[in-house]
Amino acid sequence: MIKTLAGCVREYKFPAIMSPVFVTLEVIMDVLIPLVMAKLIDFGIDAGDMNAVMKYGMILVLCAVLTMTFGVASSTVASVASVGFAKNLRKDMFDNVQRFSFSNIDKFSAASIITRLTTDVNNVQNAFMMIIRIAARCPLMLVFSVVMALSINVKITMVFIAVIPVLTVILFGIIKIAFPMFEKVFKTYDKLNNVVRENIRGVRVVKAYVREDYEISKFKVISDKIFRDFSQAEKVVAFNAPVMQLAVYTCMIGASWLGAKLIVGGSLTTGELVSIITYAMQILMSLMMLSMIFVMLTLARASAERDYEILIEKPDIADGDNPVTEVADGSIEFRNVDFSYAGDMDKLCLSNVNLEIKSGEVVGIVGGTGSSKSTLVQLIPRLYDVTGGEILVGGVNVKDYDMHALRNSVSMVLQKNVLFSGTVNENMRWGDPDASEEEIIKACETAQAGEFIREFPKGYETYIDQGGTNVSGGQRQRLCIARALLKKPKIIIMDDSTSAVDTATDSKIRKAFREDLPDTTKIIIAQRISSVEHADKIIVLEGGMINGIGTHEELLESNEIYREAYTSQMKGGMGLGE
Amino acid sequence: MENNKERKNGNEDLKGRRPGEIKPGKGVKVKGRGPRNGKKTMKRLMSYLAEYKFRLISVMALILISSIGTVASSVFLGVLIDDYILPLTKVENPVFTGLLKILSVMACIYAAGALATLLFNRIMVVVAQRILKNVRDDMFSHMQNLSIKYFDTNNYGDIMSRYTNDTDTLRQMIAQTIPQMFSSVMTITVVLGAMIYISIPMTLVILITVLVMLRISGMIGEKAGFFFVKQQKSLGELNGYIEEMVSGQKVIKVFCREEQIIEDFDSLNEELCKNATSANKISFMMMPVMASLGNLQYVIVAIVGGLLAISGAVGGLTLGSIAAFLQLTKNFAMPVNQVAQQVNNIAMALAGAERIFELLDEPEENDEGRVVLTDACYKDGELCEADRRTDMWAWKEILDDGSVRLTELKGDVRFLDVDFGYEEGKEVLHGINLYAEPGHKIAFVGATGAGKTTITNLINRFYDISEGTILYDGIDIKNIKKSELRRSLGIVLQDTNLFTGTVMENIRYGRLSASDEEVIEAARLANAHDFIMRLPEGYNTVLEGDGANLSQGQRQLLAIARAAVNDPPVMIMDEATSSIDTRTEAIVQRGMDRLMNNRTVFVIAHRLSTVMNADVIMVLEDGRIIERGSHEKLIKEKGKYYQLYTGAFELE
Repeated sequence: MIKTLAGCVREYKFPAIMSPVFVTLEVIMDVLIPLVMAKLIDFGIDAGDMNAVMKYGMILVLCAVLTMTFGVASSTVASVASVGFAKNLRKDMFDNVQRFSFSNIDKFSAASIITRLTTDVNNVQNAFMMIIRIAARCPLMLVFSVVMALSINVKITMVFIAVIPVLTVILFGIIKIAFPMFEKVFKTYDKLNNVVRENIRGVRVVKAYVREDYEISKFKVISDKIFRDFSQAEKVVAFNAPVMQLAVYTCMIGASWLGAKLIVGGSLTTGELVSIITYAMQILMSLMMLSMIFVMLTLARASAERDYEILIEKPDIADGDNPVTEVADGSIEFRNVDFSYAGDMDKLCLSNVNLEIKSGEVVGIVGGTGSSKSTLVQLIPRLYDVTGGEILVGGVNVKDYDMHALRNSVSMVLQKNVLFSGTVNENMRWGDPDASEEEIIKACETAQAGEFIREFPKGYETYIDQGGTNVSGGQRQRLCIARALLKKPKIIIMDDSTSAVDTATDSKIRKAFREDLPDTTKIIIAQRISSVEHADKIIVLEGGMINGIGTHEELLESNEIYREAYTSQMKGGMGLGE
Repeated sequence: MENNKERKNGNEDLKGRRPGEIKPGKGVKVKGRGPRNGKKTMKRLMSYLAEYKFRLISVMALILISSIGTVASSVFLGVLIDDYILPLTKVENPVFTGLLKILSVMACIYAAGALATLLFNRIMVVVAQRILKNVRDDMFSHMQNLSIKYFDTNNYGDIMSRYTNDTDTLRQMIAQTIPQMFSSVMTITVVLGAMIYISIPMTLVILITVLVMLRISGMIGEKAGFFFVKQQKSLGELNGYIEEMVSGQKVIKVFCREEQIIEDFDSLNEELCKNATSANKISFMMMPVMASLGNLQYVIVAIVGGLLAISGAVGGLTLGSIAAFLQLTKNFAMPVNQVAQQVNNIAMALAGAERIFELLDEPEENDEGRVVLTDACYKDGELCEADRRTDMWAWKEILDDGSVRLTELKGDVRFLDVDFGYEEGKEVLHGINLYAEPGHKIAFVGATGAGKTTITNLINRFYDISEGTILYDGIDIKNIKKSELRRSLGIVLQDTNLFTGTVMENIRYGRLSASDEEVIEAARLANAHDFIMRLPEGYNTVLEGDGANLSQGQRQLLAIARAAVNDPPVMIMDEATSSIDTRTEAIVQRGMDRLMNNRTVFVIAHRLSTVMNADVIMVLEDGRIIERGSHEKLIKEKGKYYQLYTGAFELE
């Protein structure tokens, strides 16, 4: 995992490497400073030598300036490196997501991909920065400080060295105890937020069923759990500061006692005592920081793993060798097609589907909720690969096509229509980036969208909000159809794409299709029988199998499901329709 | 992470709302940087703290002890060198007992300091968590009593963030900022005292240098803030782009737009990279710059101190006191910097607290009704209260003279000249008169925004009418207790809203006392049983994220089952079968008709096959009922309904 993630550093290798280098220099200066301070006290103030004070003072100033320079340098390169790393990581992930097939997307879910691309990348970025800056700093500081302290006086340093393992054990012990507790708290937090979220969204249900008190008691159980677990965890963490203080104080007293003896004995100066105590502080602070970094890296690990999963996910649909780049015509053939989303032959969504559609035909598909209508048509532009059997478009197996060529010839209006933020024109150009204004207008007219677009004050320059929330459902559907038409496809598939359009407009769309796109194969999935009754061929799906194929009249005659659906919609209204 | 999720959900929520039906007077509040009324908020926050005043007083005392420990440790060094070590160097046979004694004393002070730190930390975290629990419970309980209007007019993500971000900043403030601030101020005071005690001119030098340091850190902070705003903006843009595109990823695939998308993404990503680098550079600079300034300060103190000591200008400045002073210098700069930073935190926390109090100050749903619902039965031809479910209900009213009046619940609902608007001055229903006879099925049809849902919102008093009267079995619904009124009405909405929990629990939500058998029976009636049995764990399958793994149609079937188990006297179905195919719908319809036999049902649908068999169909347009009657009658009239039915008019 580390290797894959590290691969995202790329052009930022230099600053990424320079960062610890500058940090090292910075640390060296930091460590030298107390030494110079000792000299300043001993040879300057102690000896009453103002020149020495000035001399060491100037050295100290120089040190400080250098520290600042190195510090600024290290933070600059660290920023460049970590931000750049995040940029590359995000890009690599996003690029891979663009290569994802439908089943890859289903596997992660859009919401989860978004979190991974946003929050998780952020966490990894922070961790990366921590590694190249602070994680390099602390151990260095620790080692250098110990070395310096040793060089001043071995005996006193032994006191610190004795304290270090004890403090380490305690600090990490605290983490070990507290960390699982916090994880538990965070989970409970999620639960709490979930209850609030569901209550805000479902407020009408809560009120309609008069469940306010029930919800409050549900909430209080969770909030009480948070209170108990959180205070428990924080109580453990509360040991951190006093333990740290205790360590510092122990070192001070130890150093004072031994130091006093040594000074009296003449083998230590007062300046050296002051600086050795400074080193003690630096050693202990480094330890404290290390333990904090440890916690944060542990937290970031989960994020890194989630990002890694995206990076290594292999798109499970890819072009074959020497792909066919031209789709001959709009004919479609299903041969013994089996399909399962999980690729599991025991859980088939489609089984043994055989189907032949001629180029230019109008085909209707009907069937109850969950009869796999959408699944069936999604196999045609190879959004999913079949589990068994084969599908031919224009006489060629879909797996042999260049994917872009296939999908540009098979235009699909998905059930979950999405428009993107941008003008109507911009949205239309998704179908064909080079479409002229006339072409756009023509497609919109065919989809019966021209009329309402003209009524918008800004017409084709009307801005569509994200998700198309500022147009009605029916308008959205027609815009999506127009967008699909602009591809000038050989096959157009409409997956329940006119459900929010009234029957009259619906029939107008079908009429325009017949007239404007005579050679295009048209596949229409619909709830409404009236949307498919004039099709050349109607397919009735039931439980993932073809229950009947035929014209409207034939099916009324022979197919019970079709007849039932028809009567349920026409009850009491026979003869009134179009 | 939470924050992000919320924002996303907030958007979904907007998408789910049909424009027009409910006037979304959304005032999306941008989170301000500081509180608007800090003093008042602080005061109110203090009232939460006041409950723990004894603990807080002890915490303050403990903090004091702990700061003394900190300061003592730096003063001690000077004392040690001057009074104990140096004199010893001048005698022949040094005796260390004095040193040992003072060290023991120090050990005790240190131990006390550490112990005090431990205690105040432990007390404070519990107090903070307690207060937070109280705040949260208050918020949630209060929220349950707010009117629907509050939820309709406030952004969903915005309410959510009051529970997450705002309480979190509050927790930080109570558990960390306040004690730290207090401890910093204490340390500053004590250190300052110690410094003044050692040397006044040296103290002045320190004060001046500290001021300079604060000034510089302020400048860096300001600059960093400028770039951070820019960074946040481009981060927001990029994340928004990711959100929109990944949500529509399947459409991107279908249209082969991957390359174009990557191109746009790259330019946003570069922009963020640029701004984030500037922001980070400057803010990371803070640490080394401040440390170096600290070192410079040290040098200045050493030089000035050295000059003073050597020249003996101001008497009494000894070697030891300079050493001590140098130590104090370090102890002074840190808390001053901390205080400067914490002022920011407090402003943020107060802004958060203010938003929490804003929620708590929202007026509750008013309810003056006194009439309650009760099970009833006829005994000797007289209506009596029953102690068990009888499939018969009565309205119970306690009159002024203490006597009880029972009125049988029949489901007779009348609107008399009802006017209504979600916002003042914007009336959406005008002069509605309608009469729902007991046992009838009343259907509403009409275009989006015609006021169909609004009418049902009024029956159950999600909103109160401005003009006119609604009578329920002859009783003005204003006199019926809201909870009782709602108990008498089962509602199935288009947006289903399931809760995290098993399928069984979700259906049982309709009636908590329902047995497993009753739940299954209701599921069968709603034609949901079959698909439930096909779920991995059947009725024990846990639904999460509003039943995300179910299709919209399946969720609607569950919502109907939930209403069926409730078995209410009157039912409102608002587009309840919109995502169910017509065949299944017919089956569900038959089941519901059987269940609601002889009870009043209100149906709203845009699919005419759903409403055709209603006893009365009301056609709404622009908040007025323009046609009413049975299907046959309306078809014969050849009015709007006829047009709708024949598809001549678009229903959307």
